[in-house]
Amino acid sequence: MIDETREAREIREASEPPTVPTAGVGGVGFPALPPPVRRIVVDSPPTVAAPTVADHGLARTARAASGPERMTLDTLSVFYGPKAAVKDVSIGIRQGEVLALIGPSGCGKTTLLRTLNRLTELTATARRDGTIALDGRDIDTLEVTELRRRVAMVFQQPNPFPMSIFDNVAYALREQAMKRPGKSVLEPLVVDALQRAGLYDEVRDDLDRPALRLSGGQQQRLCIARAIATRPEVLLMDEPCSALDPRSTAVIEELIGELRNELAIVIVTHNLQQAYRVGDRVAFMYLGDLVEYGPTEQVFGAPRAQRTRDYVGGAFG
Amino acid sequence: MLERLREPWSDRRAERMLGALASVVLLLIVLMIVFVAARAWPSFQHNGLSWFTGKGDVDVQIGNQVNTGAKPTSADYQIGVWPLIWGTVLTTGFAVLIGLAFAIFAAIFIVEFAPGGLRRVVVPVVRLLAAVPSVIYGLIGILVLVPFVNDHLVSEARKKSVQYVINLSGTGLIVSVVILTVMITPIMIAIITDALYAVPRGWKEGAVALGVNRWRAMWTVSVRAARPAIIAAVVLACARALGEAIMLSMVSGSKGFAPNPADGLTFIFEPLRPLASTIVEDAESLNAPAVQASVYSFALLLLFSSLVLSIGAWLAKQPMKKYGIRV
Amino acid sequence: MAVAPQTEPLRPIRPPRKRRVNESLSTWRWGDRIAFVLCWASGIALCAIAGGIVLYMAFKGLQYLSFELLTARPQPSADQKASGGFLDPIIGTVVLTVIGIVIATPIAVATAFWIVEYGRPSWLARAVESGIEVVAGTPDIVIAIFGLALFQQGIFSLLSFTAQGGAVFGRSFLTAGAMMSLIALPMVFGATREGLQSVSAHVREASYALGKTKIATIRRVLLPSVKPNISTGAALGMGRIAGDTAVVVVLLGATLRIDPESSFPGVGLLRGTGGTLTSYVYNNSSAGEGNAKEKAYAAAFVLLLIVIGLNFAVDAIAKRGAQTGLESTRLGT
Repeated sequence: MIDETREAREIREASEPPTVPTAGVGGVGFPALPPPVRRIVVDSPPTVAAPTVADHGLARTARAASGPERMTLDTLSVFYGPKAAVKDVSIGIRQGEVLALIGPSGCGKTTLLRTLNRLTELTATARRDGTIALDGRDIDTLEVTELRRRVAMVFQQPNPFPMSIFDNVAYALREQAMKRPGKSVLEPLVVDALQRAGLYDEVRDDLDRPALRLSGGQQQRLCIARAIATRPEVLLMDEPCSALDPRSTAVIEELIGELRNELAIVIVTHNLQQAYRVGDRVAFMYLGDLVEYGPTEQVFGAPRAQRTRDYVGGAFG
Repeated sequence: MLERLREPWSDRRAERMLGALASVVLLLIVLMIVFVAARAWPSFQHNGLSWFTGKGDVDVQIGNQVNTGAKPTSADYQIGVWPLIWGTVLTTGFAVLIGLAFAIFAAIFIVEFAPGGLRRVVVPVVRLLAAVPSVIYGLIGILVLVPFVNDHLVSEARKKSVQYVINLSGTGLIVSVVILTVMITPIMIAIITDALYAVPRGWKEGAVALGVNRWRAMWTVSVRAARPAIIAAVVLACARALGEAIMLSMVSGSKGFAPNPADGLTFIFEPLRPLASTIVEDAESLNAPAVQASVYSFALLLLFSSLVLSIGAWLAKQPMKKYGIRV
Repeated sequence: MAVAPQTEPLRPIRPPRKRRVNESLSTWRWGDRIAFVLCWASGIALCAIAGGIVLYMAFKGLQYLSFELLTARPQPSADQKASGGFLDPIIGTVVLTVIGIVIATPIAVATAFWIVEYGRPSWLARAVESGIEVVAGTPDIVIAIFGLALFQQGIFSLLSFTAQGGAVFGRSFLTAGAMMSLIALPMVFGATREGLQSVSAHVREASYALGKTKIATIRRVLLPSVKPNISTGAALGMGRIAGDTAVVVVLLGATLRIDPESSFPGVGLLRGTGGTLTSYVYNNSSAGEGNAKEKAYAAAFVLLLIVIGLNFAVDAIAKRGAQTGLESTRLGT
């Protein structure tokens, strides 16, 4: 049984139905008002005191020292037409840390992620309010291509191009340069990227193989290698393991742990155990609002908001 | 017997009837190849490989063949088709090359750079242009472009310089190529635009997310993935250009002359006549066997080229399957 | 509501509405900039040429078109400038299109059904498909002279004019219509086959589960659901027939007036020669003998309207079919 904080008790009492007044006309004692209508409040799930993830004793990799703040979001709101997908979110993203965005479907976490590299601008009806700063500079004042080179993204479905493995990893290096670099210049960079992505040993014998012949987990690691080849500052990952089998998932989670030293990583995941394993800080979003944000142990172990407690405890998903 | 037809058919009978009908279609097509080849054979038989070379004015040769009677001798079959082949190669080659470049850039414009309102107008218009009959293009050519070229682009001096050999009157290579290009480009634009739209979203988003500018993302990913469609468009355009008879007979000058690149700028004004136009113009005099053999031999060459084109396209698409591009 | 972290929150003052920096060409490579300019140039050229053709034909056509041209028959003289309209060519176009599509549609639909639903033996199915592709790629002039070769054989003397001494001419509406059907066949076949392949397997399985034979399924279930596709293919085929000139010149005689072969009302017409709008335009341009530009423009305008009309019909059928036909087969997918 978890001790209720004072705030939590107040919230619980506030959500209980009000008591019926017994004093009536003439002071007889039976209720003058009819019993209150039982209101079904949709966004207030039943309170359940369930054990948190931390109780299961899952292992967490030790957190490295966090570096400077790379990206800052300040009262960011994103609208698709009239509907607000993200409302007034302010977060900092630090190097050396993995920020995990969790929340049920439709809560706006993927929209928030895609806004960080201005990918929402591909949708015609999207509108953005608030500021996002990369290394102190407002990203609206940067060229879009420049921003996307510094903030790279890995998608949910692995999407290697229909080319060879070498061409895939070298793609960004070739196309971003003003003059097309030769193969001798590219080769060590490609090998380095594949090594950092943990794929080199599996493909070293033939880098000219078509990329689409790799397995799902290998393709996703190839996409990660492609994204980090140009040494971006921030890596955004949109549910990277949701389409993969458990073994590939474990490999990629280990990879994330190694990569976070040189990059700031933001990962969106609907898998709470993954967020607990991988994330150093966790941001919980619900219907566009940022409900809770803090270190992983605190959000999972001692969440401040009742809704966080319910979500983390499995009351709704 | 009528009752037997009216009762519900069993599956086996239906399958056999439908199969028979499909076989009749196949038979008709095979018959077409056989007929054309059979009637073309005498020309090849009497000319051998020299059929492909130039033996002088091919118009004179065909004219002589028209005058021969029902029993031509071997000498009557003589013909050197090179000027007509060269005319076909020139018009088709230039039209397809220029048209392809134009079509790729226009398709990229429609998919990537065009403002929304313009895009909604241009796409149906392109489909419409692809359906316009070739006589209408020919009409515009002969009533608008040919007088323009004759009056403004070909000088009197130029006409005088060649007047003993040919007559420069506006019809010729350049008008043919221009109109043929305009005729075959819409269908290429339509095919390539559809293919660019069909490229999987994951590839397009992945390229853009890597910080590559719009043009490079389109060129290195989308156009690369649409290569099979580009090949299909080229084959279709080639087939249409090869078979274009009526329009070219209106604007090409209709002379069995092989334009000579060594003539300098006059080259583009010289008249010519492709194979298909020759067939149409000599179609009335098919009673003389010598003419018949020549005309059907042109048709056989055209049929053969279509076949070679299809096989070539299939071969060209095979290496792309390896990288996962859907052919 | 934001729950701010305990560390120092950065709160820069919100600037007023700012312009978003998108891509500027200054970061692009040289070659990319040239390509960008070429794309825009091609796009503008495309619009200009398309607009030019349509507007010019409309302008000239409306200038010369008159009601009497549509209803008067052509004068039999060589010089067409004087008088006479093009009623005969219009009738010729209509008759030829109808014959061609009436022959082509049942054969194409039956072949498409056989290939998609049965398709045994598979070498035969592949041969038929390749054959139809060969026809689709064959120039219409080759098909025309094939028709000439075919119908000049004695057995087909019923279809066209037979001279004294038994020489069969091979030219008539029937022979031209038969070859036109060969031209329209690949379009109807292709459209029907696409429609059949996009009908989901659920529909067929449901019908077989109810005990229906394959042929009954075809008749009662599949045929109605691909009707929009058949119509689309037929409209495309009709457009191609209406615009074709080579077959008309070779197999129909391309005369100015319709010349029935005998005085039998229907059969005489079908066995006779005539012309269509396309051959009329060809004859009246400077290339042909008629040499009456104004009439050529007017006839070309009418032809263009027919082709545009057929195109619109294709789009309208496709849109309506997408709403009612195919959607209703997607049960539960």
